[in-house]
Amino acid sequence: MIEVKGITKRFGPTTAVDNLSFSIAPGEVVGFLGPNGAGKTTTMRILTCFLPADAGEAKVAGFDVLEQSMEVRSRIGYLPESAPLYLDMQVNEFLGYVGDIRGLKGAEKTAATDRMIGLCGLSGVLMKQIGELSKGYRQRVGLAQAMIHNPDILVLDEPTSGLDPNQIREIRDLIKTLGKEKTVILSTHILPEVEATCSRVMIINQGKIVADGSIDEIGKLGGGGNLHVILARGDQAKIESGLKTLADVAGFKNAGQEDGLWRYEVQGRPGVHLGEQLFRMAADSGVTLAEIRREKTTLEDIFADLTLGKEA
Amino acid sequence: MSRALAIFKKEFASYFNSLMAYFFLVVFLGATNLLFVWFSFLKERTSNMTNYFEFVVPTLWLFIPAITMRMWAEEKKLGTLELMMTMPVKDSEAVIGKFLASFAFLAVTLVLSFVTIPVMVGIVGEPDWGPIIGGYLGLLLLGASFIAIGLALSSMTENQFIAFLLTSIICLLFLGIGELIALLPLPGWLGSLINFLDAGTHFKSIGRGVIDSRDLIYYFSLVGFFLFLNYRAVTSRRWK
Repeated sequence: MIEVKGITKRFGPTTAVDNLSFSIAPGEVVGFLGPNGAGKTTTMRILTCFLPADAGEAKVAGFDVLEQSMEVRSRIGYLPESAPLYLDMQVNEFLGYVGDIRGLKGAEKTAATDRMIGLCGLSGVLMKQIGELSKGYRQRVGLAQAMIHNPDILVLDEPTSGLDPNQIREIRDLIKTLGKEKTVILSTHILPEVEATCSRVMIINQGKIVADGSIDEIGKLGGGGNLHVILARGDQAKIESGLKTLADVAGFKNAGQEDGLWRYEVQGRPGVHLGEQLFRMAADSGVTLAEIRREKTTLEDIFADLTLGKEA
Repeated sequence: MSRALAIFKKEFASYFNSLMAYFFLVVFLGATNLLFVWFSFLKERTSNMTNYFEFVVPTLWLFIPAITMRMWAEEKKLGTLELMMTMPVKDSEAVIGKFLASFAFLAVTLVLSFVTIPVMVGIVGEPDWGPIIGGYLGLLLLGASFIAIGLALSSMTENQFIAFLLTSIICLLFLGIGELIALLPLPGWLGSLINFLDAGTHFKSIGRGVIDSRDLIYYFSLVGFFLFLNYRAVTSRRWK
């Protein structure tokens, strides 16, 4: 559905997108994840024909974004970052205008508008000026304009930014519903968003893709996610020599002392739960274990590893 | 072209959605009416309207930049340009739609002005209709040129005030260039070229009630040239 080959975009001395290539199949819901300034918005602007790439090519539904821009634009629904809208228009006027621009007429236009009003929950604010609406409602109006022509592809730049938790949940549910029949690209720097909505994650940093895969695949990048945190009372040397005797311990780190308890981060071999072995070791070496906690490596940790590591 | 029409409809309606546009409309009509009543009716006690256009033109000179300044600058500032330009709208359709909307707003204003002044004068006196109708046609053409200038400058900045300022400066140049140049010792051919560029000369010529194709060509070229600049400014974002 979307083919990107080696696109690069520079703004003066800054390279916003650096030789980026990826392809997205129909029906995928892809999360562009990256810190602010990673190149997510620029990539989306290139795909939606707002900006040209300096090099490389991008095709959407088989059409080139530069050469066949009108074909591309008519197949995409786009919600730009922070949902820019005409503040002096009423919601119904605005949807009518977008319908006109999208070439909808008569009964078709009425039906499409009504569908959006229902889907995005706009019936209560139709006669209001967009400028008077809350951030949440504006975001919904932005989504409605992006979907009114029932496009195959939706490009959503930070669709939930500035919303309260309930609104975030609503928008995420909406995206999940849409994702069943459409190809969706959404960008975010909020990790739970990706976990909640996307089938695939692309982590972008400094204009490059640093990780690309399903949530599970990306999860495995974090060393199998087998980290145990223990709090132990006793002699430091005893604890450490005890840990060294365990064959399933790949490594450990002293993370300091709190309230007389030593804190250790113990990395287990993939797939092994160290709990029992740690208790036995403690009993054998006369150490008291106050707590054992197995930590799942979160997308958050992987994200930090991938995006901070590169900058350092 | 149906998309240019959609943009025209939206922009024209948005003039009437905003208090600002009503404000400019009222100021334009108020100023021209008061000045006319004061100078022609009360001071000179005449229904002759030749002086009338001498203060309508300066009022128009301030009115046009006020109604064109936000057309592109605001889209850039609010980010709605991105919304519009990622929909299947050609840059040229957007430029034409916006021009027609401002032009239609000017036409409405001039119709109201025509109804409040010349028609009133016609009721109480017997004005010479030729120059009046010529004058209004001239205002429409001069206004169209100023609108094209205003839109071009609005498309080059995010700042409405800068758009207003630059538009009024450039329009003033077009209005006054003939008289300014007359003070300088220039070779004859250059003098007549600059005289041709002077919007005021062409306005006076049409205002005599004589429609000369040179005047029409002048205004159409001015509109065409600045709409082209507008178009280039809008497409410039796509330059590599």
